[in-house]
Amino acid sequence: MRKLDRKLFRDLSKLKTQAIAIGAVIASGIAVFVMSLCAYASLKEGQNRFYRDFRFADVFATPRRCSDALLHRIGEIDGVVLAERRLVFDVQLRVANMVEPATGKLISIPPQGNSRLNQVYLARGRMVEPGRAGEAVVSEAFAEAHELVPGDSVEAILNGRLQTLHIVGIALCPEFVMQIQSGTLLPDTERFGIFWMNEQDLEAAFDMAGAFNSVSAKLAYGANREEIMDRMDDLLEPYGSTGAYGRDENISHQFVNDELKQLRTMAIIAPSIFLSVAAFLLNIVVSRIISQQREQIAALKAFGYSNLEVGMHYLNLVLVIALSSMVFGVGFGIWMAKNLTVMYQQFYKFPLLSLEIDPIAILLAVVITFAVTVTGTWFAVWRAVSLPPAEAMRPEPPPTFRPNWIERILPTGIMPAEFRMIVRNLQRKPFKAIASITGVALAIAVLIVGSFSLDAIDYLIDFQFRKAQRQDLTVGFVEPATSSVVHELSNLRGVTVSETTRAVPARLLFQHRSKRVGITGLPPEPELFLLLSETEQRIVVPENGIMLNSALAGILGVELGGTVRAEILEGDRPKLDLEVTAIVNEFGGTNAYMRKSHLHELLGESEVASGAFLKVDANQQDEVYKRLQLRPGVASVSIKDAAIKSFTDTIAENMLTMRSFNILFAVVIAVGVVYNSARISLSEQSRDLATMRVVGFYTSEVSTILLGEITFITALAIPLGCVIGYGLAWAMILGLATENYRIPLVVNGSTFAFSCGVVVLATLLSGMIVKRRIARLDLVSVLKTRE
Amino acid sequence: MNPGEAAGLPTAVFQVNQLTKTYQMGDVAVQALRGVTLEFMRGEFVVLLGASGSGKSTLLNIIGGLDVPSSGQVLYLGNELTASDPVKLTRYRRDNVGFIFQFYNLIPSLTAKENVELITEISASPMDPLDALELVQLRDRANHFPAQLSGGEQQRVAIARAIAKRPKVLLCDEPTGALDVKTGIVVLEAIARVNRELGTTTAVITHNAAISGMADRVISLSDGQIASISQNEHRLSASELEW
Repeated sequence: MRKLDRKLFRDLSKLKTQAIAIGAVIASGIAVFVMSLCAYASLKEGQNRFYRDFRFADVFATPRRCSDALLHRIGEIDGVVLAERRLVFDVQLRVANMVEPATGKLISIPPQGNSRLNQVYLARGRMVEPGRAGEAVVSEAFAEAHELVPGDSVEAILNGRLQTLHIVGIALCPEFVMQIQSGTLLPDTERFGIFWMNEQDLEAAFDMAGAFNSVSAKLAYGANREEIMDRMDDLLEPYGSTGAYGRDENISHQFVNDELKQLRTMAIIAPSIFLSVAAFLLNIVVSRIISQQREQIAALKAFGYSNLEVGMHYLNLVLVIALSSMVFGVGFGIWMAKNLTVMYQQFYKFPLLSLEIDPIAILLAVVITFAVTVTGTWFAVWRAVSLPPAEAMRPEPPPTFRPNWIERILPTGIMPAEFRMIVRNLQRKPFKAIASITGVALAIAVLIVGSFSLDAIDYLIDFQFRKAQRQDLTVGFVEPATSSVVHELSNLRGVTVSETTRAVPARLLFQHRSKRVGITGLPPEPELFLLLSETEQRIVVPENGIMLNSALAGILGVELGGTVRAEILEGDRPKLDLEVTAIVNEFGGTNAYMRKSHLHELLGESEVASGAFLKVDANQQDEVYKRLQLRPGVASVSIKDAAIKSFTDTIAENMLTMRSFNILFAVVIAVGVVYNSARISLSEQSRDLATMRVVGFYTSEVSTILLGEITFITALAIPLGCVIGYGLAWAMILGLATENYRIPLVVNGSTFAFSCGVVVLATLLSGMIVKRRIARLDLVSVLKTRE
Repeated sequence: MNPGEAAGLPTAVFQVNQLTKTYQMGDVAVQALRGVTLEFMRGEFVVLLGASGSGKSTLLNIIGGLDVPSSGQVLYLGNELTASDPVKLTRYRRDNVGFIFQFYNLIPSLTAKENVELITEISASPMDPLDALELVQLRDRANHFPAQLSGGEQQRVAIARAIAKRPKVLLCDEPTGALDVKTGIVVLEAIARVNRELGTTTAVITHNAAISGMADRVISLSDGQIASISQNEHRLSASELEW
């Protein structure tokens, strides 16, 4: 080993605690980076493979009833590779040991054994066999939620007749990687399941022989999707199609894509925070080493070492720290990605989700670590090596101090000498002070960003499901029901309040933008389904015009008072110009509302209802479920509280895992910054502190100076960290907002307190480590040497 | 109160008995002190003379409460210093000892006055910091930071800092070691003045034999032992010294 390298390793061993603290920050940043990109690659690859191998369709359309004869005309549209017909019906289910109703989506399987598009991947059991009535393959998520195995059965109400579905297999499908009932926001695997059944069974039950009510199409590579969808609409609109839609409107697909988007955001934001903190830490440590070794550098140069050799020596010192931490970071990142992939496998239903180690991510990790290290330290190294040896031989000029503004505004004599020392030392190195404060603030921000989503979701649930939606049950009818049906329903024993709605599919257009939505007609002053403004004020449903929720208004780019064109996709398909009379605050979906009576008028229909909201006497809940199930006109019943519970249970676990990682990372940053900053102050001031010890100050009194500095940094970092955290939370919400969800920007006081508390504890921990070093100061040697 | 002090008789401030100190420097044991026995009297000005490595700094560090001996005993006003724990030693330094170092060891972030106040704040009956600076003729430089002062001025601030708490003993380790002759004289005059006016027992370590002329007694150390002790009939003033 060259002697200069030996010096490097000996210097390094003296620095080991600091090196570990910095290394942990680098490793954390690289770990999150590698984890995000590898998890992204794994999920993307799993998604692509499943979509490709099981032929997930590109375009879908749902006519009410269309003759099979039309299918080949869809297949002939230029760019359509394959079009497939099928039958899809939502029905009510009865599952053993569950009183509440569940909804099943029944999908037909053609006689050849599997569909040609949106194919079923059989996880267990077998496919349904043509000719064997009542057989069904069930989606894995629903099977797991109810512990169903092949051989079990569930009951379903098909077109008013109770029928037993014999489960023969358990399956997955690219169309339902995530199982969410349309119209609901939350996945609820217990109350929503997919059942694939023989085509003949469904044809017979729903009287659909020779007809279909769902068509999916695979397009040629590079085909013009919009044009194909327009052609499909031309063909299918006469048959009650509400408009063709692409894969991107499939909720399951959107959910997976949202997650992918999140991973990409995470791969950029988190490592930027960690690595900029690391660059700063490397900078202050190297600057300190260089100023301590000024005379050694001079000697090396005097003896003929070149600037480059001396510079590389110090650069190598930090590269050893950085690159070895990077190796840990990459390993830890891959480990986290593996765990995340396992979690995805449980959450999303893919046949196989294997860990993909993205070689580009690892290559990038090396490049980034290298770049951060060099940029963080280059200036300090260069300044040191470019000093002429004769000048470097002389000690550094003494630091200059001056009284600062804080002292000028405070009356003289009020500040103890220790406090003056703290303030002046911080002021002498403003870059270090500001960067330390920012570093600690970032640790607080990391915690806030990692924890606030719980607050936001609490608020979202409270706003959306307690303040706005006050119903217990939502009932959907198979066909729009007459007022007598509605009357019967409201007189059902156990129902305390009922409110009917009329929903129609429509395409809304404003300027060049358009969006397919449902328009829901509501009574003038709904009691169970309230529309609220952003300030939680109740909105009275105006007589005319249309109300849009904020997400929809944003997509269309329309403001209050603007006029949108509404193309109703049902009945006579009228095209109407409607004024936007209110913007409704909602956190999910893209919804439009209007006065129900006005909707009837525009559609030229009598008073009918497509659904109802019910408030139910808590003691008679179970009976109400049973009575509802027996009613033929009822297509679906969803229970609000059950859906909320299922949702919170699912996310709570994931969030706790993420939160513990965030705490770990924030502590790494806080300790990294506070410890290094204090350690360097100790090294710079050890002579002063030892002198104070010699002249009669106790260890505890001397510690006040360094601990005071740490306290000062943390105290200033707290408000800054709260502001940065709030800002990052805001940026994250904007970045993650999708059509399905908008997360409200809500950060509770307790989250701020928790985040600051963790960082204060990390500060105390660093303080204790530094204090032990003060007790070990060598009093005699510092008096004998000039620094 | 010590009985001797009450009678106004010369009293031993320090009684040093058979003091030894061995340092372990890697594999080598260095014997810095090899059985030193002596006394320092109240108000006395003592110069400890010796080459480097003679053990004079080790002796001063032990009587100053900065270091502990390997064997032997140091009594300060009759109390055994060598039996004290670190907290008691800190208390001892805080209440009784003023230190002056070769490299001044001022706190660079505090002004001259504030450096003095740093000590007066923790003392029981200190001087006014400005009076202490007056004594070393630096009252007009009170609001200057160390970096704005010359070496001699910094050392005089260090003297003001050391005496501001009215210490019973003043221990000076090569106080002129980093200064030129002219400035050294000014500093020595300040130390002599403190000794004369405040009656502080003063021990000055030096390897500069010329300074011995200022002392009441000169103790020469060599190789960890006392080589000689001589008493001066007349103390010279600093300006009379010939370097």
